[in-house]
Amino acid sequence: MARRVSPAASAVPVPVVVAVPAARRPGGLGRLLEREHILAGVLLTPALVILTLFIAYPFVLGIWLAISDKVVGRPGAFVGLENFRVNLNDTIFLRAFQNTFVYTFIATFFKLALGMVAALLLNHHFRFKRIVRASMLLPWIVPTVLSTLAWQWMFDATFSVFNWMLLNAGLISSRILWLGDGTMAMGCLIAVNVWRGMPFFAITLLAGLQTVNPDLHEAAEIDGANAWQRFWRVTLPLIKPIMLVVVLFSMIATFADFQLIYVLTRGGPYSSTHVFGTYAYEIAMRAAKLGQGASISLSLFPFLLAVIVFQLWYIRRSD
Amino acid sequence: MAHQEGSQVGNRRAFLTVMAGAATGVVAGGIPAIVAAQKAPSFPKGTRLNVLEWVSFVPASDVEFKRLAAEFGKVAGVEVTVDQINMNDLNPRIASAIETRSGPDIIMMISNWPHLYADGLADVDDVAEEIAKRDGAYYEHNKKVSVVDGRWKAVPLCSVPSTWAYRDDWFKEAGAAKFPDTWDELRKVGTELKKKNRPLGQAFGHSLGDPNNWAYSVTWGFGGAEVDDKGKVIINSKETIEAVKFTVAFWKDCLDEGGLAWDDSSNNRAYLAGTISATINGASIYFVAKRQFPDIAKATNHAHMPKGPGGRFYNIGGQGRAVMKYSKNQQVAKEFLRWFMDRPQYDKWMAANDGYVVGPTPYWEKHALWERDPKLVPFKEASKYGRWPGYPGPPSRKASEALVKYILVDMYAQAIKGMKPEDAAKWAESELKKAYA
Repeated sequence: MARRVSPAASAVPVPVVVAVPAARRPGGLGRLLEREHILAGVLLTPALVILTLFIAYPFVLGIWLAISDKVVGRPGAFVGLENFRVNLNDTIFLRAFQNTFVYTFIATFFKLALGMVAALLLNHHFRFKRIVRASMLLPWIVPTVLSTLAWQWMFDATFSVFNWMLLNAGLISSRILWLGDGTMAMGCLIAVNVWRGMPFFAITLLAGLQTVNPDLHEAAEIDGANAWQRFWRVTLPLIKPIMLVVVLFSMIATFADFQLIYVLTRGGPYSSTHVFGTYAYEIAMRAAKLGQGASISLSLFPFLLAVIVFQLWYIRRSD
Repeated sequence: MAHQEGSQVGNRRAFLTVMAGAATGVVAGGIPAIVAAQKAPSFPKGTRLNVLEWVSFVPASDVEFKRLAAEFGKVAGVEVTVDQINMNDLNPRIASAIETRSGPDIIMMISNWPHLYADGLADVDDVAEEIAKRDGAYYEHNKKVSVVDGRWKAVPLCSVPSTWAYRDDWFKEAGAAKFPDTWDELRKVGTELKKKNRPLGQAFGHSLGDPNNWAYSVTWGFGGAEVDDKGKVIINSKETIEAVKFTVAFWKDCLDEGGLAWDDSSNNRAYLAGTISATINGASIYFVAKRQFPDIAKATNHAHMPKGPGGRFYNIGGQGRAVMKYSKNQQVAKEFLRWFMDRPQYDKWMAANDGYVVGPTPYWEKHALWERDPKLVPFKEASKYGRWPGYPGPPSRKASEALVKYILVDMYAQAIKGMKPEDAAKWAESELKKAYA
């Protein structure tokens, strides 16, 4: 039992005796939880349930759909790799396949290059640094559909603000149809993707840059290294792990991109801008062929897996 | 339980009696008569009905639909809710509803969707046939898209045709006293208009409506088709190649070069901005012009799709409303559709649409709204020439696959970009054979 201490006496330090209940042996459940492997299992279960419900189940269902002839409203029957065989004979699928890679690799390259430049610039001290850094994130924060609608206006065949500026500056004599030609439309999609994704690179790389010890730069400078050498030999190797993680995340997101392309071109003109995501949606949702659509979607998986395995292996090796 | 069932049947009978009375006596009394005749809720208390609709391009249409739904709720003693989503979101919503066997009791169907989702839809033969008996036979396209294997899978509700909206004043200046009746004549006038920097406008991208309206109507107009009536691919024909050649020439001579980059709203904007002189569209251009650009509205008129060597055609899928197979309220849902399609109610809804929708039977060609504004008359008549994607074959799943792959649209688009018309038709043939395999 705790002894009560009067306020008057509190000026003098008085040892307080706190009654501690007599140590009891834990009950059945307590004893079980004392075992490490059981406690670990209990603690892991919620995460495992969530992973099973929201990641494993949809993934397995996706695989099942891809090897079935499932259409909306009817139970699907197992058809083996038939859907994939159909895809390989489908010129639109092959075009979407090619487009997905072109879109992902070019966009990721530019996001990395421009993101790095932006991060290096933002790593310097200048006025309003914080405001600039925060505003940098805007394209990434704005919902994709909204920002893409704004781009749709800027690329509009009749009212494009780019055309208006170029025409008034005398740089072009007739309007450019930004989304009217396959190659040009793909270029525009990549440009918008870079605009949207670059801030993510910039901010993450900036975080990496700030962990680089300035002493290393000073030492390199004393040894006569110029700015490029300092970047190439000192900065880059130190931020390489974070850079690879950003590239990994970005490639996964870009491979699976949908909204931006669906809003701007819906895969047109003449199916020249379809990627896996948009084509899978058309087949699965608008033609109600869930099995075929899933097989188009799943075609992405081996490549994503290869990218992830390679990058994780590379990061681990670098460590 | 037995009592409940009995009272339910009794109430339903009372409701049906009211409905039957309404069918004959509504002309005199209208909705008030039905409401007055209503003694008690017709369905068990707590019965709910959920309807899934699109967000119409005519806001007044949605307002009236909801008002009528609430009216039905009062009459039948049912709690009716109407959910609205964008047209683009309907497909995934329907797929998820059918797969999870839960969701709205009634869902809007566009074009041949009843064929796509037939397995998830309840039969509505009784309601559909009752309407046809009362108002006359449905237009062929409305019937074709709604009947699957001999059963009605949706109650045809309306069609939303697209006709040519054109600047009457500019066409007159170009020497056309009226809108040309054939494609060749239109090309002649269109050439003059484009010379005056007043081109015609047509989308050839991947938007939902406009590009398909051209691709299917023009192919049929020149005597071509993607398949024959048995579903055999016949696209690579002399007639189709002529249609493609015509389109390429029409593109160069008459059309705004922006079309390949256009979506379904681009032509509306271009027309209202005065950069094009004509385009194929629903009545929405005219409605917006009347509200915001009265001078343009005054100079605007509408005209039929021109005739080609194969005739005059419109690509109109039509709309229906389907009762979902999983619904526990199928009877209420059917009663709602029966009531909505009854003349007093439908009359009001059609009036709210002001010419944007056309009824599913020729009966509604007599609606007073067509007298009010003669400029809308081509919309009223368009359904006579309406066909469905896949015509003359059935509006099947395969026709849908061809549609979502934009095979016909891309055949034209690729020819416009320089592919030889013969090669474009050959490409379309190879793609259609896969879709129809």
